[in-house]
Amino acid sequence: MSKTLNRRDFIKTTTATTASVATIASGITLTTFAANANENPVTNEKRWGMLIDTNRLTEANIDGMVTACKKEHGWGSEAHSTGDQKSNWIRKLKVKDKATGKVTSLPLMCQHCEEPPCVDVCPTNASMKREDGIVLVDRHLCIGCRYCMMACPYDARSFVHEDLTDQKEDMPRGKGTVESCTLCVHKVDKGEAPACVASVNSDAVIFGDLYDANSKINQTLKKVQSAQIRADLNLNTGVRYSGI
Amino acid sequence: MNIRYEQIQGRSLGFYALVAGLGVLILAALGAVWHMEHNGHWVTGMSNRIVWGMPHVFALFLIVAASGALNVASISSVFNKKLYKPMSRLSGLVSLALLAGGLMILVLDLGRPDRLIVAMTEYNFKSIFAWNIILYNGFFVIVAIYLWMMFERRMNKFSSKAGLSAFTWRLILTTGTGSIFGFLVARQAYDAVIMAPMFIIMSFAFGLAFFILILMASYKWTDRPLGDVVVNRLGNLLGVFVAAVMYFVAVKHLGNLYLAENAGVENFILFGEYVYSDLFWYGQIILGGLIPMALIYHPALRSNRSTLGLASVLVLIGGVIQLYIIIVGGQAYPMEMFPGKEILEGYGGIAAYTPSLAEIMLGVGGIAVALIAVTFLVKFLPFLPESLADEVSDPHHKS
Repeated sequence: MSKTLNRRDFIKTTTATTASVATIASGITLTTFAANANENPVTNEKRWGMLIDTNRLTEANIDGMVTACKKEHGWGSEAHSTGDQKSNWIRKLKVKDKATGKVTSLPLMCQHCEEPPCVDVCPTNASMKREDGIVLVDRHLCIGCRYCMMACPYDARSFVHEDLTDQKEDMPRGKGTVESCTLCVHKVDKGEAPACVASVNSDAVIFGDLYDANSKINQTLKKVQSAQIRADLNLNTGVRYSGI
Repeated sequence: MNIRYEQIQGRSLGFYALVAGLGVLILAALGAVWHMEHNGHWVTGMSNRIVWGMPHVFALFLIVAASGALNVASISSVFNKKLYKPMSRLSGLVSLALLAGGLMILVLDLGRPDRLIVAMTEYNFKSIFAWNIILYNGFFVIVAIYLWMMFERRMNKFSSKAGLSAFTWRLILTTGTGSIFGFLVARQAYDAVIMAPMFIIMSFAFGLAFFILILMASYKWTDRPLGDVVVNRLGNLLGVFVAAVMYFVAVKHLGNLYLAENAGVENFILFGEYVYSDLFWYGQIILGGLIPMALIYHPALRSNRSTLGLASVLVLIGGVIQLYIIIVGGQAYPMEMFPGKEILEGYGGIAAYTPSLAEIMLGVGGIAVALIAVTFLVKFLPFLPESLADEVSDPHHKS
């Protein structure tokens, strides 16, 4: 006798099938992600940081850092944007001490604060800080409100003012969203140094794990005098400077 | 005396001309949005230094005014002043309409307005901006309930409680709006707790100015009686609010001048050679403050509707100018990144900003949205009392 499929049975069967497919499928997805992910998951046992020695860094070094960053991430060649509208992830600053007249040049980018004001003010959690201290913008969540740019004490963030073409594979960018230095997270996760650090190729810029007592940056910071920009704000920046 | 509310007829040539005029402004604003969103923000005057431009000036102006427009209803239901009661419904309506106009501008100026759903579903509770999204949405709900209780006879007895919640909510809302700036520690022009109460008092003035203009226009254009008692009372109140705004402005600037770290930005706004100083003294203080107060309090101009209307318009213009100085002026001045040092290259200097036509059209479009909402709703629902003649609004009035 053939049994007709009533509504209850139909729902039961479909639910069971959906549930089992979902279970298996989620397992597959999990495995795929696990295979792709870095072998060492991001934890707060590390804190990436940078120490910039302005006494040893020449202006040519700084220009080289800016160029390396542009090349790595593809910013700065926006066709329509003018002046302050162009993206600027890292810039060369020249400051003069008002009393002594000493002039210092330094590169300025996102300082990767431990208490980032941009993350605090972002309404949608698009601005975020990774466990290892790298401050990033999730371009899928960014609605382009630009409140983070109002909050950043370092003028380190840029808003993409136009359509972009020829983007870099590792760094998708998008019109109407905010961007800034990523500390070359795509390289750091592969165990490499950020592009700007690599371009200097001397101890004038040291990159590493601030927490690791054996790292060069940790040991140097224990020896030399260093400063944070706007230390009064208590943001505990990941980027430190000596010589200013 | 029982107040009778009645819809306006809305069949006159004037009505349709008004709707058409506002419609054109709204279409122009939508065109401007298409232009800015299609090309990207490079077609605007905004940049990475002036990240919030003209649209934010208009948006915050309307949002601040919105919470203030509810005051007339609050004075009636919270403070139990009978004279204001007949105007409560209109007060709620103007408030919602202004908020809708302001939020429209804010959303359409986002880099990605298509992601509005993200803003509604992803909340960072540490962000005062996220709180504001909740406060704005809540304001719509609470004022809508409040209006319903005023309209529905069976619910009338709850209207004062609803009025109290709406009043509390609007105070928190404007505190939130002011705190958007008050919490920006890095910027010398903003980092001040006084921003929140100052925004509240600004809302009183701007909201009432909008309310007076809408009230006088709708009664004049529909030939309904509007007595001097109401008009003079509202006018006096506006004068007090304008004076209070000027008091807060004075305290804010004097307080800032005292702090050496803020002396630079204060000198830039108050005595600098840029447009902001002229805007401050001639626009905000004289045009938006002193002249309206003279028009309101001069004995010869008492009960003069034209001068009260002019005073209200000037308060609104002064308000836009005040927000321009706060928002654009505050960003134009560079952040003090290296105290004790001078930045020679790479950052600093006063950031330039020339608003584009599209930005202004979007801002004006927001005002048009608010006005068209009021125009239609007074036609379809009985918001306006049939008469606000002296003997109606003030039972003890002797003519």
